[in-house]
Amino acid sequence: MAIVDTRIETADGPAAAAGGRLRRPTGRAPSEPKAYVGWLFIAPNLLGVLAFTFVPLISVVLLSFTRWNLVSGFGGIEFVGLDNFLAVFQDPTFWRSLVTTIVYAGVAVPLTLVVGLALALALNRDIPARGLLRAAFFVPYIVNIVAIGMTWQMLLDPEAGLVNQVLGVFGAENLPQWFASSNWALPALILVTIWSQAGYANLIYLSALQDAPTQLYEAARIDGAGRWASFRTITWPSLLPTTVFLLVTLFVGISQTFGMIALITNGGPGDSTTTLSFYMYQTSFQFYRFGYASAVGLVTFIGIFAIMLLMWRAQRGRALHD
Amino acid sequence: MTDATTTATTTTASTTTTTAGGGPGRGTGMAQRQALRKRRDRVRRWAWGIPMWILALVFLLPFAWMISTSLKPDLEAFRIPMQWIPHQPRWENYTEVLFGESSILIPFGNSVFVAALRVLGELTTATLAGYAFAKLRFPGRGKVFIAYLATSLIPAQLLLVPRFVYFEKLGLYDTLWALILPGMFTVLGTFLMRQYFVSQPDEFAEAARLDGANELQIFFRIYLPNALSMISALAILTFVWSWNDYETPLVFLSTPENYTLPMGLTSFTDENGAMAAGLSMAASVISIVPILLVFLIFQRRFVRAMTESALK
Repeated sequence: MAIVDTRIETADGPAAAAGGRLRRPTGRAPSEPKAYVGWLFIAPNLLGVLAFTFVPLISVVLLSFTRWNLVSGFGGIEFVGLDNFLAVFQDPTFWRSLVTTIVYAGVAVPLTLVVGLALALALNRDIPARGLLRAAFFVPYIVNIVAIGMTWQMLLDPEAGLVNQVLGVFGAENLPQWFASSNWALPALILVTIWSQAGYANLIYLSALQDAPTQLYEAARIDGAGRWASFRTITWPSLLPTTVFLLVTLFVGISQTFGMIALITNGGPGDSTTTLSFYMYQTSFQFYRFGYASAVGLVTFIGIFAIMLLMWRAQRGRALHD
Repeated sequence: MTDATTTATTTTASTTTTTAGGGPGRGTGMAQRQALRKRRDRVRRWAWGIPMWILALVFLLPFAWMISTSLKPDLEAFRIPMQWIPHQPRWENYTEVLFGESSILIPFGNSVFVAALRVLGELTTATLAGYAFAKLRFPGRGKVFIAYLATSLIPAQLLLVPRFVYFEKLGLYDTLWALILPGMFTVLGTFLMRQYFVSQPDEFAEAARLDGANELQIFFRIYLPNALSMISALAILTFVWSWNDYETPLVFLSTPENYTLPMGLTSFTDENGAMAAGLSMAASVISIVPILLVFLIFQRRFVRAMTESALK
């Protein structure tokens, strides 16, 4: 790479002003780098992002207006206007997947948050070997989804799985059929999701709790506030930004899950675990309807994006209100 | 409870102060109370600690089951009642998984290769770009950065179809490069590094420029060495993403020789095509070991990497 000589360069602007203030009260600022130096520094990353993100993004928008499967080659691309989008809105599987996604994320995300927060509050106390405990709850999060998925698939086996054996010992009847039944597959998926994600929420909450305003607790105690009162008035408000952050990231992450679904249920039984993101995967890579899949993906993305914006808005509104 | 203790302490302290020199009796009373309080604190530590430990063990039970099953013949896996410690641990499962017909060593090697190149590429491009966004002034910087911000919201899943098409045309489909290349240039890594460099003072660069250093020297000799902890955090994150990635190889790889580890785990089946429990679990255990080692060795840094990428 070219070594850039910048010594003769003179500069003006805010940086020069700052430099001048510090170094030379009256004289010229130290030489600022030439403009292209910055571009050279970002070039490797920028070119990669252009090639692997921007170009595909434009392509997916264009593809959504076409009917195409890979087999027919580029010559087979057929422009169909808004047909794909119209078809998406008339597609019963799309609507069912939407409902499934809302139920899946709508249950899994808040429960993950609650479990993560409860663990964080419990682990934020002085207990023996606290560091090791914190690590223990985090382990499921760092294990690959295939190992986790296969293990839970066997643990939740309706006949011989450990979970139903234990339930049977406690005298439960009509044991849930988990991944084998269209009623229980989604709850099973939610269970595994919470188990694997709670450690992450726990970790983020723990680090936020460390910044909690300790003086306020003292003050509240002197004022005679009980534990619940000080949680509600001090801890919870101070955790609000963290909660919103987790809500958004978990929602985005969980609503995009398709690997675990592809591995364990392949969307079934029936289409009981076909979420939007699995439906998109299915239309593209099992049915090879690229144009239609692009439209499904765009509609999904815009929907998720809108919900994200609403969450941020709601938080900002509340922050202003307080 | 806590409230009561604190009040008691405060009272004790004030009584002692006001009656200082009031005789030896007072002093022993305080010592007794302190001892009592200490014991109560200790009891409370364990009263919270023990249930939390039990909860953690229950939470980790699936891993115990995984290890136990990895040492059993396939049929034993579902025997009722469950046998946690196999009578005759079947170590052959591990030799079979490692050196048998569909050896896990090939996917393991592929995973190492992909992770190594992704980490190297990510660190190089993200530190350079992050530094430029934070410390170098150039026309268009703001606009490019806003474009980056917008890009960070786009889910990778939406880009799978066009990437698939391009990789197919370029001959990268079903090669490891389909996983490596997009992973070398990430927006999130650039953000993390930018965030770090923004927090560093400008004066270093100004002083070095006065001394005649060029921009590459300033970057490599001054800012980069200071950034090592952030760089290692990014390296850990990238490694974890790469090692655990299942969805990208699911789409872009089709030949078993090219599989990375998560894909390779699915290749152990019995005669009927059903999952072979013992072998699958043995392979799963092997797939977890590297990530667990990284986690245990770099735990503090690992946690920092996670929270850092979250809160910025």
